[in-house]
Amino acid sequence: MQRKKTKLNWIDALVVLSIAIFVIVIVRRVESVLNYTWDWSKIVPFFIYVDRETGEWTKNLMIEGLLMTMRLAVYGIVASAIIGVVMGLCRISSNLFLRMVARSYVELVRNTPPLVFIFIFYFFLSTQLMPVLGIEELARSDSPTVQWLIRILCGDPVLFSNFISGLVCLSIFEGAYITEIVRAGVQSIPRGQWEAGKAVGLSGFDVMRSVILPQAVNRIAPPLANQFITLIKDSSIVSLISIQELTFMAVEVGVSTSRIFEIWILTAAMYFVICYACVLFFNWLERRAARARR
Amino acid sequence: MQKPIIKLRGVCKLFGQFQALYDVSFDVKLGERVVVCGPSGSGKSTMIRCINRLEEHDSGEITVDGIELTEDMENILSVRREVGMVFQQFNLFPHLTVLENLVLAPMRARKLSRTEAEKTAMEYLERVRIPDQASKYPAQLSGGQQQRVAIARSLCMKPKIMLFDEPTSALDPEMIKEVLDVMIELARDGMTMIVVTHEMGFAKTVADTMVFMDHGRIVEVAPPSTFFTSPKSDRTQLFLSQILSH
Ligand SMILES: Nc1ncnc2c1ncn2[C@@H]1O[C@H](COP(=O)(O)OP(=O)(O)OP(=O)(O)O)[C@@H](O)[C@H]1O
Ligand SMILES: [Mg+2]
Repeated sequence: MQRKKTKLNWIDALVVLSIAIFVIVIVRRVESVLNYTWDWSKIVPFFIYVDRETGEWTKNLMIEGLLMTMRLAVYGIVASAIIGVVMGLCRISSNLFLRMVARSYVELVRNTPPLVFIFIFYFFLSTQLMPVLGIEELARSDSPTVQWLIRILCGDPVLFSNFISGLVCLSIFEGAYITEIVRAGVQSIPRGQWEAGKAVGLSGFDVMRSVILPQAVNRIAPPLANQFITLIKDSSIVSLISIQELTFMAVEVGVSTSRIFEIWILTAAMYFVICYACVLFFNWLERRAARARR
Repeated sequence: MQKPIIKLRGVCKLFGQFQALYDVSFDVKLGERVVVCGPSGSGKSTMIRCINRLEEHDSGEITVDGIELTEDMENILSVRREVGMVFQQFNLFPHLTVLENLVLAPMRARKLSRTEAEKTAMEYLERVRIPDQASKYPAQLSGGQQQRVAIARSLCMKPKIMLFDEPTSALDPEMIKEVLDVMIELARDGMTMIVVTHEMGFAKTVADTMVFMDHGRIVEVAPPSTFFTSPKSDRTQLFLSQILSH
């Protein structure tokens, strides 16, 4: 077995140094060639500012966008996981119809570009489904508790139905990939486990619940965590159907301030922080699960 | 005349185009010990797997303890609760401890309480002589110990019939005996058993009936005394001379 290097040597230092020089050169060139003056102060108010009237710190567009992205991430992860598990189990069901439904769903999503899928789906959803489901009515409800709940959970009630469509698009889209992860995980459990479970007289449901799924979970977890990270990053796509999340806000602020570089660098940093925090969290979960299995 | 507890009538089984069982008819009485042998691919596994419907037979009739095996899921489940099975590859549940392996089915399928199920489980671990391994995981046990756990797991459902599919074939030679000893003891206690094995010493000790299969057919059924000394069929003779020569 190869030993891992634990210390950096002078070659590594050289590489780091040259990358740093390269970055500085690029920044200089942006200034000179594009005649661009870096000005970070101008975009700060778009994150947070002091309200003139109340004198309090108030969050602005970018933080609103960040919150929206986090909402999309959290609800999207839950919803796509549910879709993925249900469809994944349909995918391996003994019922031909269920298998066909799940297979069509997966192939449809996998073989269309995300953007095209989301456009089609969004226009169908927002024009057809949302009114039928009464989402609009709910958002316009007079009840202050409903308004308050929507504001806390989903942001501005005016954009509620919009938010729901975006969320559903994203979840359905990512759910297809999770379906495949679940299917592969369950199918990776050897056939002997099914046979042993049935032979001791367990029903198919009990074999699934007590024998197959607990083993499959360990194999599903790493690719699933990976897919969740992808979901967070993919959530930027819904900016194109006017969901006011981080990317959408970055476009707005970029246009109105023309501080393009600053705003996008900060946006990237914010995505990075969210995603990396998730990576660390999932790693921690995995280590904990591994320890519990000892 | 005792009524048979397992009854196979004209059982055929196809895997796609390939016919694995041809018109297999066969009875097992309560308390009878049957040893099945035959060359590789002759359909031994397929036949005993049809008895607890791990394989579906395509035609013919299989009745176990008065219940006919059909599409009916309830029937299948009740048959499986009466029939234990031990596999060549043990097939223990690797994510559960030995004790949890043993109590799972009694708790789920027999609706026993955990204390009851654990009590039975410990009794059977005692019988297969590994009560001290109860809290270990299968991967921490030797092959022989794992197979004994698998036997105990089947016994915990208090089955009337036990099926063994080459239970010692995946074991190192020094572990074969400990598993066979457990099986011999089980036979002495009057368990109805169908054992697919090439352990002819074991067969001579416990079998009431020897069955020889070849190419998906039952070729010969005889008590061990005549089976080993004067087999009727040439194919049986050839097989025995091959297997007894080593
Ligand atoms: N799932 C399956 N699909 C297709 N063919 C199968 C399947 N299972 C078994 N067979 C075929 O059926 C025949 C009988 O198989 P079976 O496993 O019953 O033989 P066996 O007597 O148990 O042999 P062995 O001593 O090697 O275990 C073999 O030719 C095998 O290739
Ligand atoms: Mg076999």
